[in-house]
Amino acid sequence: MITKMSITNIYVINQDSAYDFYVNKLGFKLVDDIPMGPGTRWLTVSPPEQPDLQIVLFPITVSKMFPKETAETMIALIRKGTFGCGVLQCNDIFATYEELKAKGVEFMKPPTKEFYGTEALFKDDSGNYFSLQPKESLEPKG
Amino acid sequence: MISMAEHYPKVYLYRRIVQAKLFMDNHYADKIDLDNISDEAYFSKFHFIRLFKTIYGKTPHQYLTAVRIEKSQQLLRTGKPVSEVCFLVGFDSLTSFSGLFKRTVGISPSTYFANQQRIKSQIIKTPFAFIPGCYAHQNGWLENSNFEEVNL
Repeated sequence: MITKMSITNIYVINQDSAYDFYVNKLGFKLVDDIPMGPGTRWLTVSPPEQPDLQIVLFPITVSKMFPKETAETMIALIRKGTFGCGVLQCNDIFATYEELKAKGVEFMKPPTKEFYGTEALFKDDSGNYFSLQPKESLEPKG
Repeated sequence: MISMAEHYPKVYLYRRIVQAKLFMDNHYADKIDLDNISDEAYFSKFHFIRLFKTIYGKTPHQYLTAVRIEKSQQLLRTGKPVSEVCFLVGFDSLTSFSGLFKRTVGISPSTYFANQQRIKSQIIKTPFAFIPGCYAHQNGWLENSNFEEVNL
């Protein structure tokens, strides 16, 4: 029986810039930042109120895992904004939107009333995008 | 689909509260007079505190204290001594800092500092003990390491 998700990946183009985005702009908590040889580190963060979910800010570099062609394809797709990385929850979407905008986060959609609730869309520093929704938009309807 | 970008309720109110929050995030090390913050936000103090609490779940004072304690943990992790950290995050008394830290974090700042130093030296000695083996293996990080030292 699977009990929970412990670790997940977000593929990023540059770890220094991803650190700045996720920790300084989004306010995620740094869990680990351990050097792993030249140009690579084990860099993980958690959403502020979810300390038991570790998100690995996984760099796309030519390595055992990513042969050159794969790495180039992934970087191109991420930059193009192909990948949605999930829904992030907030208490107040308007305050969160104003704060992230003030910090320079690029929004593809400001808070917008959809049939399923209020939602905004923003991109990370690599090109991955997230949906931002308040708790009430994510609660089961009916 | 109705865009609410510039039309959601009380947009200017939101901006002022957010500016006050960002002010505290950026100036936690300074003496912050919360009365001045509500003045800058053009609110009565009572109205400001109420709105701030509705949005962030804490009064401005509680929020500022939480930011200071959070920042102090970050600084202690970097190896700065407790006596220095206390003033770097805007407290002017070591006793009140230590008391608040213990109440929030559950241990004293000096115990926290010692624990973090211990973890740091363990990470340097056996980094792979802190990384899930599956990731280290997949990345080929284990190939050049000494397995004998790893205590998983």
